[in-house]
Amino acid sequence: MAQDVTPRVKVPKSAAAGEAVAIKTLISHPMESGQRKDKEGNIIPRSIINRFTCEFNGQSVVDVTMEPAISTNPYIEFAATVPEAGEFKFTWYDDDGSVYEDIKPIALK
Amino acid sequence: MTLTRRNVMIMGAGAFVAFGLPMRATAAAEDRIAEFTGGAAMADSGITLTAPEIAENGNTVPIEVAAPGAVEILVLATGNPTPGVATFKFGPLAASQTASTRIRLAGTQDVVAIAKMSDGSFAKASSNVKVTIGGCGG
Repeated sequence: MAQDVTPRVKVPKSAAAGEAVAIKTLISHPMESGQRKDKEGNIIPRSIINRFTCEFNGQSVVDVTMEPAISTNPYIEFAATVPEAGEFKFTWYDDDGSVYEDIKPIALK
Repeated sequence: MTLTRRNVMIMGAGAFVAFGLPMRATAAAEDRIAEFTGGAAMADSGITLTAPEIAENGNTVPIEVAAPGAVEILVLATGNPTPGVATFKFGPLAASQTASTRIRLAGTQDVVAIAKMSDGSFAKASSNVKVTIGGCGG
């Protein structure tokens, strides 16, 4: 289990119905690529976040499959349409089976 | 060790193999592309890939992809040990088919982005990024 994995998401507090909002997501995670070697020369095994999804009121906004070439502390920015007030649910899936979640509500202007 | 003629020949052979290696890495990227498109032709326009010309730190290179009307975008780093970077699938509530992230590049190479459009066609964009310090652990 990766240590201290903390998600940080930036979503506007409110939006007009049908407006597009920019969403910025960051999660602290070492994203061990499986390419590095330790002092004895053994490969440090791969351990990354392999998938990130964003849903709004149950509908998919974006679904990202991530591979070892994504940098440490993965940053993903995208745009979502807000048809109504509700909640954004962000989910990160780790190679080791852990799932990290963050939920951000958004109101209508 | 003393530099004998045998040593020089072995070094030369090693250099020859090292030169051939980047070609093999590109073959893996070609396989990924064929798998994604099923061998279909890719248009030159319809997708934009924004990446810096020079990346000072190969560990974190910012990129942005944009493909209006795309369902899925595949990003590959053709010169990395494994070319896969990310696949973005856009759902019904994506306001625009754009995404930004930061990636690792092992050395100077082409980054390739391929979009699968909602009508089943494909578009490709590529960007050459010069990397001064490699980002795959040396």
